[in-house]
Amino acid sequence: MRRFVIGQAKSLSDRTRQHHRNHRFVSLFLPSSSSASGSVSSSRLFSSASDMAGSNSSSSLPVTVQSINPKVLKCEYAVRGEIVSIAQRLQEDLKVNKDAYPFDEIIYCNIGNPQSLGQQPITYFREVLALCDHPALLDESQTHGLFSADAIGRAWKILDQIPGRATGAYSHSQGVKGLRDTIAAGIEARDGFPCDPNDIFLTDGASPAVHMMMQLLISSENDGILCPIPQYPLYSASIALHGGTLVPYYLDEATGWGLEVSEVKKQVEDARSKGIAVRALVVINPGNPTGQVLAEDNQRDIVNFCKQEGLVLLADEVYQENVYVPDKEFHSFKKVARSMGYGEKDICLVSFQSVSKGYYGECGKRGGYMEITGFTPEVREQIYKVASVNLCSNISGQILASLVMSPPKVGDESYESYMAERDGILSSLARRAKTLEEALNKLEGVTCNRAEGAMYLFPRINLPQKAIKAAEAAKTAPDAFYCKRLLNTTGVVVVPGSGFGQVPGTWHFRCTILPQEDKIPAIVSRITEFHQSFMDEFRD
Amino acid sequence: MAPKALDYESLNENVKKCQYAVRGELYLRASELQKEGKKIIFTNVGNPHALGQKPLTFPRQVVALCQAPFLLDDPNVGMLFPADAIARAKHYLSLTSGGLGAYSDSRGLPGVRKEVAEFIERRDGYPSDPELIFLTDGASKGVMQILNCIIRGQSDGVLVPVPQYPLYSATISLLGGSLVPYYLEETENWGLDVNNLRESVAKARSNGITVRAMVIINPGNPTGQCLSEANLREILKFCYEEKLVLMGDEVYQQNIYQDERPFISSKKVLMDMGPPVSREVQLISFHTVSKGYWGECGQRGGYFEMTNIPPRTVEEIYKVASIALSPNVPAQIFMGLMVSPPNPGDISYEQFIRESKGILESLRRRARIMTDGFNSCKNVVCNFTEGAMYSFPQIKLPARAIEAARQAGKVPDVFYCLKLLEATGISTVPGSGFGQKEGVFHLRTTILPAEEEMPEIMDSFKKFNDEFMSQYEDNFGYSRM
Repeated sequence: MRRFVIGQAKSLSDRTRQHHRNHRFVSLFLPSSSSASGSVSSSRLFSSASDMAGSNSSSSLPVTVQSINPKVLKCEYAVRGEIVSIAQRLQEDLKVNKDAYPFDEIIYCNIGNPQSLGQQPITYFREVLALCDHPALLDESQTHGLFSADAIGRAWKILDQIPGRATGAYSHSQGVKGLRDTIAAGIEARDGFPCDPNDIFLTDGASPAVHMMMQLLISSENDGILCPIPQYPLYSASIALHGGTLVPYYLDEATGWGLEVSEVKKQVEDARSKGIAVRALVVINPGNPTGQVLAEDNQRDIVNFCKQEGLVLLADEVYQENVYVPDKEFHSFKKVARSMGYGEKDICLVSFQSVSKGYYGECGKRGGYMEITGFTPEVREQIYKVASVNLCSNISGQILASLVMSPPKVGDESYESYMAERDGILSSLARRAKTLEEALNKLEGVTCNRAEGAMYLFPRINLPQKAIKAAEAAKTAPDAFYCKRLLNTTGVVVVPGSGFGQVPGTWHFRCTILPQEDKIPAIVSRITEFHQSFMDEFRD
Repeated sequence: MAPKALDYESLNENVKKCQYAVRGELYLRASELQKEGKKIIFTNVGNPHALGQKPLTFPRQVVALCQAPFLLDDPNVGMLFPADAIARAKHYLSLTSGGLGAYSDSRGLPGVRKEVAEFIERRDGYPSDPELIFLTDGASKGVMQILNCIIRGQSDGVLVPVPQYPLYSATISLLGGSLVPYYLEETENWGLDVNNLRESVAKARSNGITVRAMVIINPGNPTGQCLSEANLREILKFCYEEKLVLMGDEVYQQNIYQDERPFISSKKVLMDMGPPVSREVQLISFHTVSKGYWGECGQRGGYFEMTNIPPRTVEEIYKVASIALSPNVPAQIFMGLMVSPPNPGDISYEQFIRESKGILESLRRRARIMTDGFNSCKNVVCNFTEGAMYSFPQIKLPARAIEAARQAGKVPDVFYCLKLLEATGISTVPGSGFGQKEGVFHLRTTILPAEEEMPEIMDSFKKFNDEFMSQYEDNFGYSRM
C-alpha cells in the first residue's frame, strides 16, 4: 500500500511504525494479484517535535489514524505520492550537495502541470483576468498602452455581467449567469447542438464536480461506478472517499487502449451478480494516463450501452483540446448523443471540462465546470443544493473558463497572437509526444502506445524476474522499484503504473510530455542510459 | 426500457437530508422577484462586495500584476502601479514555481504558509509551524475536509452551537454523522454555559453517540458574540476532559465592534493554559480572506492550522488535500497579503490603513444602527452584534401569525420572512435555517448594506413589522388611535 509522506522541513528522524495492521488494504483495481498486494512499501514517517516530546499513547487522543474515517485511510492518490516526496527531498538536498548526484536537477514528469515546467500562459487570457482582478485599471488612460483593446473590451463585458462589477463577491452557486451564457454558446459552437446555461455548474477545477457526482450517486458500498483501468486516480479516490465500489473495465493495450463495450458489459454483469447496483460509467476522453482518443462509432456504442443499462455517463473531457494525431478528432459525448437523436429523456450525461489542460494549462487557477443533462428537476435541485453549501467557485476561475470556451475570434485584435501562442504550444506538445514515444519504444523490453491526446505516455516495461525479486526484497512494487531507481539515477520523476491500475503482472509508468522541448533530448538520453544499465544489472 | 439512471429515489439519502438555508427558499424567492424587476436588498449572506463594499486597493494591484507578469517587464508599469505593489508581486511570483497557473504544493505555497505562521505567532505570541498550516479554497473546504476525517458514521457526533452557521449541519448531514446541539443563551448575550455542553454530551452518549468534536464559531455566526477568555478556557478544559477535537471557526476575527471582549484565539488560550492541556487538546483553527475588512468572498481563500494532531493523521489529511491537487493560487496570494499587509513607511500603507479603518468603523456603526433599529420595533428584541457581520433579532410572532403560517404550509419564521421580502424587498434568512429553541423565532440579516441606505432599510423593516404585528395580534381589528 502506497503511503503518503510529508517531507517535514524540521524532520527529526525516521520512524517506521507498524500501523499497517490497522489499515484495510483493498486492491481497488484488480482481482487480488500476488505482486500488487505483496507490495507493502516501507513507510518512512517523519515526526514533529510535539510527537517526540513523548505525549500520551495516541489512543487517548480523539483524532488519530486509528480513529479517523476509514474511507480516508482507504483512498489513495499516487500522482502526489511517495515518489514525489522522495523527489522533493532530493531536490532540497541537491541545493547543498550538488556533487553527490549524477544529475543537476529534478524534472517532475509526474503531474500534468504545464506552467510549472515553463509553458507560458495565453497572454490575452491573463490580460482579461488582470483587468477583472483590478477593475480600477479600466479607468486609467495608461491602461490602453499596456493592454490590448480587445482584452479591455472583454473585461468590460465580463464586469458588466457581474453584479456591481464585484469580482470579490460570492456569485450564484452555479457561477455567474453571464459567464455560463458564454460557456453555453461556446459549447453550442463546438458541438452544433444547443446548450442551456442552467445545465452548467462552474467549479474549482473539474475535480470538485466529479466529487459532487460521486456524492450524489453513491449511498453505500452497494453502489458501483465503472472506471477504466488504467484510470486517473481521482476516480478511485473519490469512490473510496464516498464509500462506493469501483467496478473496473479494462482498456486493451494491444489495440491502442481500446474500449470494448463487450468488456464493460461483462464487468457490469459480474458486479450485478455480486449485488452491486452499477450506477455510472466513467469515460476519460482523451484518456489519462493512456492518451487514446475514442473513435466516434466507439462513442456511439458507449452511449447506447449507457442508455440500455440505465447508467449515468460521466464524460471526463478535460483534454478535449489536446489531440496530436491527424487521424483522430475530439467529439464531445453530448454531440455524439444528440447526433444519434438522443435528448434529455434518453440519457443522463455529465460532461466535465477544465482550464487546467488544453493549450492554456492554467492548473493553479482552479477553473472548470460540469454540464448536466437528462436529470429530473428534483435531482437538479439536489445538485444545486450541494453546490450551494460551498457558496460558489472562485470568480477568477469562472472568468477563465468562459474565456477558454470563447477565445479570440478572427478579426479580433489579439486573434493572431493568440493563435500563434496556441498553435505553438499544441504543435510543440505533439512533437514532444512523438519524440518521447519513439525513444521509449527503442528501450529494451519496453513498448509504448502513441499519445493520441492528453499529456502523458504510459509505456509498458517488461521487467526481468531478477528485478521483480529485487523489488520484493526491497518491499516495493516492481514498477515503483523501477521508478525510484530512475529517479535516483536521472532525477526524472514519473508515477508507477500501479497508481493508475494495470493488468496484473504487467508494469507501466506514467510520464508527462511537458518538460520544455530543449530539455527533451537530455531526458531521452538519461532515461535511455539508465534503462540500459538497469537491464544490464537485472537481465535474466 | 431500463430505469432512469439517476432518479430522485435512488439519490444518496445524505444529500436529500442536508439543508443549507443561506441559499435556500428565501434566496430563491428573492431571485425570482428580482428577475421580475423588484428591487431586492440581499442580506442573506455575508457577501460585502455585493453590497457595495470596495475591495482594498493594494491586494488587487498585487494580484493583477501576478496575473499578468508581462506588465512587470513594461517600462511604464510604474505609472499604473505603486512600487511596493510591484515589489510584492515579484515576491509572490518568486514563491511560486511557474506563476499563478501552476498547481502549488497541495498544502499551499510554502512561502505563503510561512507568512501565515508568522502572522499567527505575532498575533498569539506562540510559535506556529507552517507544516501544520494548510491553505484551502475557502475555509468551508477546510471544514469539510476535517469533518470528513472525524465522521466515520452515524454514531459519530459533533457538538455544534445552536444557532449555527449551517455549513456545519449540512456537512455533518452529507457525511452521514450526527449533529449534537448545544444551545447558546440568548438572554445572556448568546453566552455559552458549560453546563449546557455537559447536558448535550450526556444526552448524546445515552443515545449511543460517540461525541468526537466540538465546533465553536468565534465571533459567532449568526449570533455575533465574542467569547471571553474565561469562556474559552472553560471550553478547552471541557474538550480536554471529554477528549474532543476543538474546531475553532475564527473567520470573523477582524470583525470586532466592542472593546470589552477583543478577539483572542483558541490557540493562544490553549497555549496559555500550559501542559498537559496545551499538549493534549487537538485543535483545528480556521480563517479566511472572505470576511474581516477584506471581504474577498469570491476569491475562495482560507486556511486551517492544526495543533496537537499526530503526524500520521496530518499525512492522511494531506493525502485528501492532494486529490484536489492544490488550492487556487491567486487566493493564496490574497492570504499572504492579508497576513502580511503593508507596513508603516510603505508607499501604500496610508491608503491601506485608511481603507481598512473606514470599513471597520463603518461596520461598527452599522452594527449599532441595526441593533437599535430592530430594538425599536414592536415584538422584536435584538442582542448587540459584538462581532462578525450579522444581526439576529428575535421576532415574537403572535399566535395568529403562527397559525397563518401553518395554514400556508410554512414554518413560522419562513412565513414572516417571505412576507417581509414581498413587502420590502429585504431578503433575509429565517432563524430556522440556523437552529433556535422550540417556539422562538429569529431572522438573520447582515449589517452589510451601505451605511447611507441603512436608515431607509430599517424604516422599511419597522413599517412592515409593526403592521404585521398589528395585523396578527389578538386585538385584530383594533384600530390604532
